[in-house]
Amino acid sequence: MIVTAFDVLKIREDFPILKREVNGKPLVYLDNAATSQTPKQVIDVIVDYYSNYNANIHRGVHALSQEATDKYEQSRIKIQKHFNAAKSHEIIFTSGTTHSINIVANGFSSLLKKEDEIIVSAMEHHSNIVPWQMLCERTGAKLKVIPMSLDGELLIDEYYKLLSDKTKLVFCNHVSNALGTINPVKEIIANAHKFGAAVLIDGAQAAPHIKADVQALDADFYTVSAHKICGPTGVGILYGKEAWLNKLPPYQGGGEMIAQVTFDKTTYADLPHKFEAGTPNICGGIAMGAGLDYMNTIGFDAIAAYELELLEYATKKLLAIEGLKIYGTAKNKTAVISFNVGAIHPYDIGSILDKLGVAVRTGHHCAQPIMDFFKIPGTVRASFSFYNTMEEVDVLVEAVKKAKSMLS
Amino acid sequence: MTIKEIQEEIVDEFSMFEDWMQRYEYMIELGKALPIIDEQYKTDDNIIKGCQSRVWVHAELENDNLVFTADSDAIITKGIIAILIRVFSNQKPQDIIDADTNFIDEIGLKEHLSPTRANGLVSMIKQLKLYAIAYQTQLGK
Repeated sequence: MIVTAFDVLKIREDFPILKREVNGKPLVYLDNAATSQTPKQVIDVIVDYYSNYNANIHRGVHALSQEATDKYEQSRIKIQKHFNAAKSHEIIFTSGTTHSINIVANGFSSLLKKEDEIIVSAMEHHSNIVPWQMLCERTGAKLKVIPMSLDGELLIDEYYKLLSDKTKLVFCNHVSNALGTINPVKEIIANAHKFGAAVLIDGAQAAPHIKADVQALDADFYTVSAHKICGPTGVGILYGKEAWLNKLPPYQGGGEMIAQVTFDKTTYADLPHKFEAGTPNICGGIAMGAGLDYMNTIGFDAIAAYELELLEYATKKLLAIEGLKIYGTAKNKTAVISFNVGAIHPYDIGSILDKLGVAVRTGHHCAQPIMDFFKIPGTVRASFSFYNTMEEVDVLVEAVKKAKSMLS
Repeated sequence: MTIKEIQEEIVDEFSMFEDWMQRYEYMIELGKALPIIDEQYKTDDNIIKGCQSRVWVHAELENDNLVFTADSDAIITKGIIAILIRVFSNQKPQDIIDADTNFIDEIGLKEHLSPTRANGLVSMIKQLKLYAIAYQTQLGK
């Protein structure tokens, strides 16, 4: 099913922010890979929470606490169903993907030995590199990198060569934030499992475009941030297979994560509470579920089909600009276009685009190794969402042309 | 000319522009015209780490005045650097230390000097002042 232009205009009505102006121009928001905008259906849930049942969860005897707990746990189940996790307690609420990754990295520091190896892909975001480097520093394990091609695709044959009995962990993003490449994570997982290695898939950039089935993928861990899927910032989830989550030690100590505390010994709570120390982002957790509800109402197949149209149209129009080069030309990619125009610095283009109301990201996108690979200081990144229109693509293209003429 | 006089002169120049596009075009021109820093000073030691565009600054004392040269890999950043150099270069260290940068607001470039804007310019002004403090200390001896 293809979403018609009429539907897009209807969808846009749900997003109050899309009506605003920036620098006197209508906002053209193309920084969706950084943060998606929030529909009124989610904003309403946040307002309802603070207006009607704001309370601490899991420990109250009173009605509000019970309501808040119910809604929070219902949201967990919603998220479980969306990602097809086997059990709801395999969904751990976190502050977002970075927090999720750190829980796993920290947990593995007690499980790794000096000769062990960790494999990470060459197209990771810093949040999926630095925690592993820190883990290697703590444990003495070695970090190996899956290289990529100039198209921005992982060299899977090279990956197979890196795998051995020493491999204990493999980390890879499902979709690259800087390039949009959709990685063959099912194959990556299956091959790691042949050597008994655990695999963490960073799903932060995939979740807005692809409905991942963690059981079909057979992922050991999968991470998601709510603010990329129409939810609020500061909340996300770590999915982990029950067996792995039971094996990992807790990340933070505090309230909520304990079963019993004496000054001699504390026993930890069962999953998921073992990893949810302290009062969580209750409203955020509930709103994350509302964001997924909203996207599922539109449908991920419809979203993917429409975004592909946007991607193809934008790619064609941008490539018609002389000197424009796109980084990340994988066959399988989401609606993300990273580009430069001639030798013009991406920051300069981004500054002019901002003046014209077009919001893009410029810089290294927290993925410096990728920029080093292409030998560039950074790129301009336009990332599209299902609420963007073909007309907005035209505005972007005209703005890039204007920037080019001013800066050349 | 004093720092204040130069700043007023720049504010005057910018008041002629009708919109942001003319201001930016002028800045881009200034950026292109900026005599670039001697290659030997374009070292990692002289780099000011903004998140996105790189900025290099070099300072030298000539006849009790501090002379700055600088460069950036982004042209709009370079344009603003050209303006800052025009204001601060060839001035007495104490005058540089005492000067404010409110004129940046007046010429409509405030957004570039927001501390959260990752272009290294706020750090650059800080660096110019640090050089001035260092040389002032030296002169005071």
